Amino acid sequence: MAEYKRPKTKAEFDKNFKQKKPLMNDTEAYYEASRCLFCYDAPCIQACPTSIDIPLFIKQIHTDNITGASKTIFDSNWLGNACGVVCPTGVLCEGACVYNHQDVPPIQIGRLQNYATNKTIDAAKIIFKVGEANGKKIAIIGAGPAGIACACEARILGYDVDIYESKDKPSGLTVYGIAPYKITNEEVLKEVEYLQKQLNFNIKYNNAINSKKELAALEKDYDAIFVGVGLGATRHLGMDGEDKDGVVGAVEFIEELRMKQHEIKVPAKVVVLGGGNTAMDAASEAARMGARKIVLAYRNSKQKMGAYGFEYDLAISAGVDSLFNVTPIVITGNGKVEGVKFAKTEMVDGKLKANMNNTFVVRCDMVIKATGQAKQGHLYDMIDDLDIDNKTRIKINDEFQTSNPKYFAGGDAINGGAEVVNAAYDGKMAAQGIHNWLKNS
Amino acid sequence: MIDLSINFGGIKAPNPFWLASAPPTNSGYQIMKAFEAGWGGAVWKTLGVPVVNVSSRYGSVNYRNTKMMGFNNIELITDRPLADNLREIEEVKKYFPDHAVIASLMVESRAEWEQIIKDVENAGADGIELNFGCPHGMCERGMGSAVGQEPEVLKTIVEWVKEAANIPVITKLSPNISHITDPGLAAVQGGTDSISLINTIKSIVGIDLDSYAPYPIVDGKGSNGGYCGPAVKPIAMHMLKDLAQHPEISKVPLSGIGGIETWRDVVEFILLGATSVQVCTAVMHYGFGIVREMEAGLRQFMEEKNYTTIYDFAGKALPNVTEWKHLNLKHKVVAEINSDKCIGCDLCYIACDDGAHQAIALPEDVTNRIPSIIEENCVGCNLCSLVCPVEDCITMVKKDDGTEHVTWHERTLNDDVPTTFDDDRAGGKGHFVPKPSDALK
Repeated sequence: MAEYKRPKTKAEFDKNFKQKKPLMNDTEAYYEASRCLFCYDAPCIQACPTSIDIPLFIKQIHTDNITGASKTIFDSNWLGNACGVVCPTGVLCEGACVYNHQDVPPIQIGRLQNYATNKTIDAAKIIFKVGEANGKKIAIIGAGPAGIACACEARILGYDVDIYESKDKPSGLTVYGIAPYKITNEEVLKEVEYLQKQLNFNIKYNNAINSKKELAALEKDYDAIFVGVGLGATRHLGMDGEDKDGVVGAVEFIEELRMKQHEIKVPAKVVVLGGGNTAMDAASEAARMGARKIVLAYRNSKQKMGAYGFEYDLAISAGVDSLFNVTPIVITGNGKVEGVKFAKTEMVDGKLKANMNNTFVVRCDMVIKATGQAKQGHLYDMIDDLDIDNKTRIKINDEFQTSNPKYFAGGDAINGGAEVVNAAYDGKMAAQGIHNWLKNS
Repeated sequence: MIDLSINFGGIKAPNPFWLASAPPTNSGYQIMKAFEAGWGGAVWKTLGVPVVNVSSRYGSVNYRNTKMMGFNNIELITDRPLADNLREIEEVKKYFPDHAVIASLMVESRAEWEQIIKDVENAGADGIELNFGCPHGMCERGMGSAVGQEPEVLKTIVEWVKEAANIPVITKLSPNISHITDPGLAAVQGGTDSISLINTIKSIVGIDLDSYAPYPIVDGKGSNGGYCGPAVKPIAMHMLKDLAQHPEISKVPLSGIGGIETWRDVVEFILLGATSVQVCTAVMHYGFGIVREMEAGLRQFMEEKNYTTIYDFAGKALPNVTEWKHLNLKHKVVAEINSDKCIGCDLCYIACDDGAHQAIALPEDVTNRIPSIIEENCVGCNLCSLVCPVEDCITMVKKDDGTEHVTWHERTLNDDVPTTFDDDRAGGKGHFVPKPSDALK
């Protein structure tokens, strides 16, 4: 039973969605930084998808060279500020901290990183310079983490950059899809604004690339194109009753929540379908929006969940109940959702099967489907000679170049949906790949 | 039954914990408060012709998360009229007749010495301490360390004082000198009853990077200060040892001063021959209450070692502090890494490889970060065990069987030491070092 009061104001919303990794103050940062051992060939660097020189930036924080620390961070990761708080640091850098082997709390690397970059962003310190113009132009599809990172790196290398973004805000999932207690909209946007101010890349908002004609125009006007699109809408389950009022996709639910915050209304009883991190987020968010009873339902066992353990724990601590080994059969209700009928699942010959003799109904007013998103296959299909794999992911080589040499890709488009930090890495590397390709051609 | 009381060159005190002449002993209020807290004696802030002080007086060296690891000051002797101090000495003695109240003195002419000695004796002081150490301000006027640095002058003044005084005299030495035994011997020859050391060390603790002035900054300028605190303890202990091992000087009791903060410091000073200790910086940092930790620790130590008084173990380490030439060249220790405790920071590896003898190897398997000792390369220098952040993870294990004992001194007598630049008897001949080009990878 969740105990959050429904937030009616921005202040109440912010209270219910209190930041999990709040900004450190100077004293906390000083003492935390002093704990770093400065390991040789540090495991935290190895665990970071963008290989930030973590011991170096921590030492820089400790010696009050905050600008230097931020430079170290952004040099490796253009979304260094957001990643400090949205990265699953417990399974990345902080998970690799050697202190864990001694049962000593690991260094709070994410919060230290966020501390440094926040200070630098707030002080509007100029730490990067656009590279000497080389006369070449790059088009980027999608202003998510991959696209922004690619744009920043390309600007440093001297390219003109235009980003085509279907929505009206930059940074994609970071602003539209991350749970609000991980990062605020303001913080996401100020980082992009900070980068844009010093690196001068254009973002064309509300400018989706949807047709072969538009792609042809890009191919004509630009020397290279980077595909940094995210995933699409929540996949249809093809279940009876899925069209009823009150059935929503998790990404759509989270996007509306992030944009409208306390202005959206979540009913008293909510069922969340799925066992991934998005399901955990949606369940936890429903609780924080004042839902009384939230049931997380996953078709397999707890051990088989895709979600990180800490994300599941967070949902449970928000008052979410969970059901395992159940699969939804039909969503009931007369026009509007009234419940979900589940069947128990069991392993038969190594396969998960629904047992139709063992069914039950969970009453609810809302169903959130966190059962996966569709890929942007329609876009990929329009690009000539583009190889995709059997999971609708764009295939790339070591230089992040696709089978159509003019196109490069990174982020969700190549990995099928991962962390912000992976997209940030891909975008940066792809810009370098583009540079290597263009300078040789 | 443990008895902590002492008779220090004729000055009796209930315990060896004394406050050094410094800001904590500026007034009767502070000294009474200290005695209440458990201190056995106090050396009053130096009396003389009152001074005028500057505002901004102390500077500090912070190390990692430790504030005031080193500390300096440019404060002079008392700036309060003598009559006020004398009245308060009398009052303190009334309340605490069994505690040691020692008047630190610093004046110029013989007549002034004779007068002020009479004054403090009349006030009831138990002893006199001659401040021949203050290395800032007062020395510019020919007092303090200006005297401590001229053994002949020091001896003359000690003689004046001894002629005039009816109470015991402690001579406090300055460490700002090449051989501490020179002023030490002069003090003994002048007839001092005891010696205390060290006073503070001439220092600049830091430079402000914006105003380019040394700390503490007085209106844009600074001056050298007197350095003290935990950082100076090793220097103080070495000088104490030099006096305690000197056949003439060691005939008088020695009061140890310099970075003492804990019971361990106290015991170490006593083991090197001190029979009272004086504390200032630790009190300036934490207040008088730290004496509780000192006393409890000292008592515990004495109980475990079966000592009744501090005289039972005073100087007990002195026979083991010898000249290098008498150390056993056949003694051999080698580092051993406890792989169960190792957390894989690899600081030992890089410290040894870059800073010592290339005697630690990383495992071939990069996922396992546990390093290993290359025993044939290990010279037993201790560096790895010193940098290791885990308690008892790297230990130095004795490898010789203890049957052989050869010193440099003995080898010199036997004409068995290297005498030419390429002598075959060079200790490092044949010892492994990597090829210079191995550094380029």
